[in-house]
Amino acid sequence: MSCLDKAMVLNNRQVGPELFVMELSSPAMAGKCRPGQFLHIKPGGTEDPLLRRPLSIYDVVAGSGRISLLYRIVGKGTGLLTGVKVNDYVDIMGPLGRGFALPDQPENILLIGGGVGIAPLLYLGRVLRERQCQVKVLCGAGTAGQLVAGDRFQGLGITFVPATMDGSAGVKGLVTDLFKSDDTLAGIDRVYTCGPEPMMAMVAQWAGAHNIWGEVSLEEHMACGVGACLGCARKLRNNDDGYVKVCKDGPVFNINEVELYKN
Amino acid sequence: MEMIKKELALDLTVNLGGMRLNNPVTVASGTFGYGREYEEYIDIAGIGAVIVKGTTLEPRHGNPPPRIIETSAGMLNAIGLENPGVEVFINEYLPYLHAKNVTVIANIAGNTLEEYAALAARLEGCPGIAGIELNISCPNVKQGGLQFGTDPQMVKNVVQAVKAETSLPVMPKLSPNVTDIVEIALAAQEGGADALSMINTLMGMAIDVRTRKPVLANIFGGLSGPAIKPVALRMIYQVYREVTIPILGGGGIMNATDALEFIMAGASAVSVGTGNFVNPQLANEIVFGLRTYMQENQVPNLNDIVGIAVQK
Repeated sequence: MSCLDKAMVLNNRQVGPELFVMELSSPAMAGKCRPGQFLHIKPGGTEDPLLRRPLSIYDVVAGSGRISLLYRIVGKGTGLLTGVKVNDYVDIMGPLGRGFALPDQPENILLIGGGVGIAPLLYLGRVLRERQCQVKVLCGAGTAGQLVAGDRFQGLGITFVPATMDGSAGVKGLVTDLFKSDDTLAGIDRVYTCGPEPMMAMVAQWAGAHNIWGEVSLEEHMACGVGACLGCARKLRNNDDGYVKVCKDGPVFNINEVELYKN
Repeated sequence: MEMIKKELALDLTVNLGGMRLNNPVTVASGTFGYGREYEEYIDIAGIGAVIVKGTTLEPRHGNPPPRIIETSAGMLNAIGLENPGVEVFINEYLPYLHAKNVTVIANIAGNTLEEYAALAARLEGCPGIAGIELNISCPNVKQGGLQFGTDPQMVKNVVQAVKAETSLPVMPKLSPNVTDIVEIALAAQEGGADALSMINTLMGMAIDVRTRKPVLANIFGGLSGPAIKPVALRMIYQVYREVTIPILGGGGIMNATDALEFIMAGASAVSVGTGNFVNPQLANEIVFGLRTYMQENQVPNLNDIVGIAVQK
């Protein structure tokens, strides 16, 4: 069950270039959040910007009633969100969407995140660790300052392997370059990925080649967030099957299900 | 000292050309799915009427993405009438709404006169439908849609064709993408329309300067939201002066004051569309706001102020 809530802002601070973490108090919602789901948040009471913004759930600590969101300034709406002060209330709707399918027993898991796409993977990592999974995360960013989740992953006992375009942290290059080392991949049972679509397309190709089960988390412009407006359609790989709704059928899909944008 | 006003007994019921609504606030087709999508957020049986997603004879996949983009105080959409077809609507969606006692207005769209007639015939006798809204103004489909809504003779013909097949009230949804909306409204009335739904979206577009291409895969889309409210009000005002049938008015309604503007411009009932995306409880909040206005201004019956701003 999802709901509407006016959630008190506990924290809203910049954690990297254009990157912010907002921590909300929503006991009504926090206990229901599953990894991979999102909140639909209204940036202020304005008519411009008008619509809510779908933001991935970055972290939830069980029993705390608190939800963290990691977001990047991409436009007017997220820009407004950065101005929200501690003790302000924000209008949220959620949790929405289909989250990640979790393993029933301990497995070896690889998480692959690019940019702000790392957001849903942190909460996923937390829940996977609670299920005694071995978890490694490959995390790509432009520069070291954007690798904002490293400490949080490590705090959960998750191996954090960064790659940066400028080489300021970890391997220099794309996160997908890390696939080239075969021992990164040895013994992986499943892979979850979120980030730029060309990155996820490469992950899908790699997972397919190694016959590894995986899921992707997609981002789309959304209006309603509940499957009513049909605005966030994406094409299935099998064209005859038409379209899926990212908000309701996703945002998490099987890695082979949806046609990913190659550029 | 403020005068103590007596508590009025309020009448918010509306007879919209034979469609009996418990209150004047409806939700617009395409913005509320089949109602069930919003059930966790709002009492859908409390809404004046749920105008469900447009239905075609056969299932439609809709347009390729991107289908929507936000614009200043509004949004563009080019969904392309994605829907599972009339049989699925009748068998899977309608019974649920009927059981929940939701006031349902069906919305039908065809490529030809015959398809509109066949849809009306198929819906005839299905329990739980209060009326039929004719989508003759969808700007986002290649055939039918808009072309039916921009030619007065076609409007008249399609209304007549549907009227011949149904005992339900028929309410064409008019396109604002015409030179003279009054001419279209009068043609619909001549064809036997029981009410008019106004307005559909305004055709528009957006360009991505980074890719140097139109944002929407369909290139053009329908503009909705607060940005179009003044246009909608103007058209309803113009049409109210000339027609005798009631008008369901909408276009960017975000609160009760907006709804009152539409009512005063001549709308007997209103529809909330894009506003549902922002606040899923908006329809019922507007009903509450209308009640407050009526109490404070000693308006016992909303019909008393329909068109009150219109100078004949």
